[in-house]
Amino acid sequence: MQPFTRLTSRTVAMPAANIDTDQIIPARFLTTTTRQGLGQQLFADWRYDAAGLPRADFVLNRKESAGAQILVAGRNFGCGSSREHAPWALSDYGFRAIISTEIADIFTSNALKNGLLPVVVPEAVSAWLLAHPGIEVRLDIAARTLTLPDGTDVPFPLEAFAQHCLLEGVDELGFLLARRAEIEAFERRQQ
Amino acid sequence: MMQPSRTLFDKVWQSHEVSAGTADVPAVLYIDLHLIHEVTSPQAFQVLRERGLTVRRADRTLATMDHSTPTRSAQVFGGAPIALDSAARQVAQLEHNCAEFGVELLAMHHAQRGIVHVIGPELGLSQPGQTIVCGDSHTSTHGAVGALAFGIGTTEVGHVFATQCLLQKKPKALAINVSGRRTEGVTAKDLILAIIGQVGVDGGTGHVIEYRGAAIEALSMDERMTVCNMSIEAGARAGLIAPDEVTFEYLAGRPRAPHGDAWQRALEGWRSLPSDAGARFDREVSVDAAAVEPMITYGTNPGMVIPIGASIPERRGDAAFARALSYMGLTAGQPIKDQKVNVVFLGSCTNARLSDLRDAARVLRGRHIAHGLTMLVVPGSQEVKRQAETEGLDRVFLDAGAEWRESGCSMCLGMNGDTVPRGAYSVSTSNRNFEGRQGAGARTLLASPLTAAACAVTGRVTDPREFL
Repeated sequence: MQPFTRLTSRTVAMPAANIDTDQIIPARFLTTTTRQGLGQQLFADWRYDAAGLPRADFVLNRKESAGAQILVAGRNFGCGSSREHAPWALSDYGFRAIISTEIADIFTSNALKNGLLPVVVPEAVSAWLLAHPGIEVRLDIAARTLTLPDGTDVPFPLEAFAQHCLLEGVDELGFLLARRAEIEAFERRQQ
Repeated sequence: MMQPSRTLFDKVWQSHEVSAGTADVPAVLYIDLHLIHEVTSPQAFQVLRERGLTVRRADRTLATMDHSTPTRSAQVFGGAPIALDSAARQVAQLEHNCAEFGVELLAMHHAQRGIVHVIGPELGLSQPGQTIVCGDSHTSTHGAVGALAFGIGTTEVGHVFATQCLLQKKPKALAINVSGRRTEGVTAKDLILAIIGQVGVDGGTGHVIEYRGAAIEALSMDERMTVCNMSIEAGARAGLIAPDEVTFEYLAGRPRAPHGDAWQRALEGWRSLPSDAGARFDREVSVDAAAVEPMITYGTNPGMVIPIGASIPERRGDAAFARALSYMGLTAGQPIKDQKVNVVFLGSCTNARLSDLRDAARVLRGRHIAHGLTMLVVPGSQEVKRQAETEGLDRVFLDAGAEWRESGCSMCLGMNGDTVPRGAYSVSTSNRNFEGRQGAGARTLLASPLTAAACAVTGRVTDPREFL
């Protein structure tokens, strides 16, 4: 994983609540055996019509959304299936952070492991961001803050360990592998 | 010194801590049983290969194939190829990965194959007090035996492969106390749909649910699995139920449950698992089972649910609600009863165990499904299929005009090509009514096997109590 310290980007707004992982990446695309290339199918059923053509009214198909790396979404983003294909698809498309008032548990865990930052903010901040799509904001992982265009810093929760992994670009597997002696001791006690 | 009162969840969690969590580092949690399937494991095996790692405890790992597998006998047992090339490749990849890393696989032709969350308890592998994970959100099903069972992502599948452990922050505890007696025609599915309707699709976020109370104790194991299965539909990390005599009777004699002296020793440990009197939960919710009616969803998440005799609510000014109804082709204020139905799906890890098939057969026996309607019956496992055939349930379904298939996830998520046509209405015993879940443009109404069978007979949304 690449170290992830800060990000300044315009936002894309998807105000719907309960955007589930079946919308983020429909199940029919899960027969892949790699992590790459899923960005093409991100939000496939909202993004393309039955003939496979882009729907002009879908936010990601609008010119002003191009290049935005932060998705602002309604409450309970990423609910449903545990498929890690959802953060893979979002990352592959180019998103690096999701802002919402609430983000589902398994999605949060999966996102963090792929350098996709889940940012939970208070209702008023979310409502303002959803009402001002395309605005440029700044995320600082060391400070755990979202900076709005007027300079207001909004703190967001991020577990110390997840923060460390993002900042250093390290993954959890190395940490777990280093605990081998403790794991072996546990297994001996369990027998 | 006296131990403080602990919940079932506390006990299972603490007994699996390789190291406890601190402010800086999450707990290292040991995993007793790791179930894998073809969809969420290939990229994890690839990580092992890239980093030169092995599967640390192949003896605690079991693979099956269920999501992208065909349900037509000719494709399962040879003759016809798997219809989707990508699905065929994924199945072949799992076979290759399991052989390379020494993981036991219940492959396509295996007599014990089935949906991963059906076969775990069925084989007696899922046991009280265990930690169980799988790269699948419905792993919560195994909580029915009193295990802490939860879904994980593919990166974490790799962690468990390599270390048999996960880094986890301990979730909060939510007690859902269900009192009262269910009335005739009200199933475990109706109960959990009513619970989700009450707490909301994010009501359990950050929590592990313990279902408690007289109405939960009265449930059979199959019914407990239906309830725990849909914990994730309330946003919860897991759902579990204290093990009791019902649990022990269910597990006794199952092929991979402990036997002989080991069974006696296990039983002793299991009896100490239930939450202590006075154990504290972070939150508690009360539900009266006697007030629950047969439930059906009308929208695009499982919390959009009403009693079958009710009308779709009105929520003026709620754009998401309006969008959901527009997708469903339904109107606020409309009674859900008598809504036209095109497809009925009886299957999934929620409702494809033997008792579910018996429920549906109770309605369908001597009747025929409506003209023009398609009904798919997909048993949860090959074992369920054999038992159903022994009882003659397959004849009931076939005589009624339904299709009788091999086991798998099938039309719950349509990965294997079993899909609902665009715009069609499906009454499904599965767990998710998300947009496109059963196929692009499919409109799903979630209900119990009893309700699904009643809808199949009339071709309209029908109260199952009319047939009982």
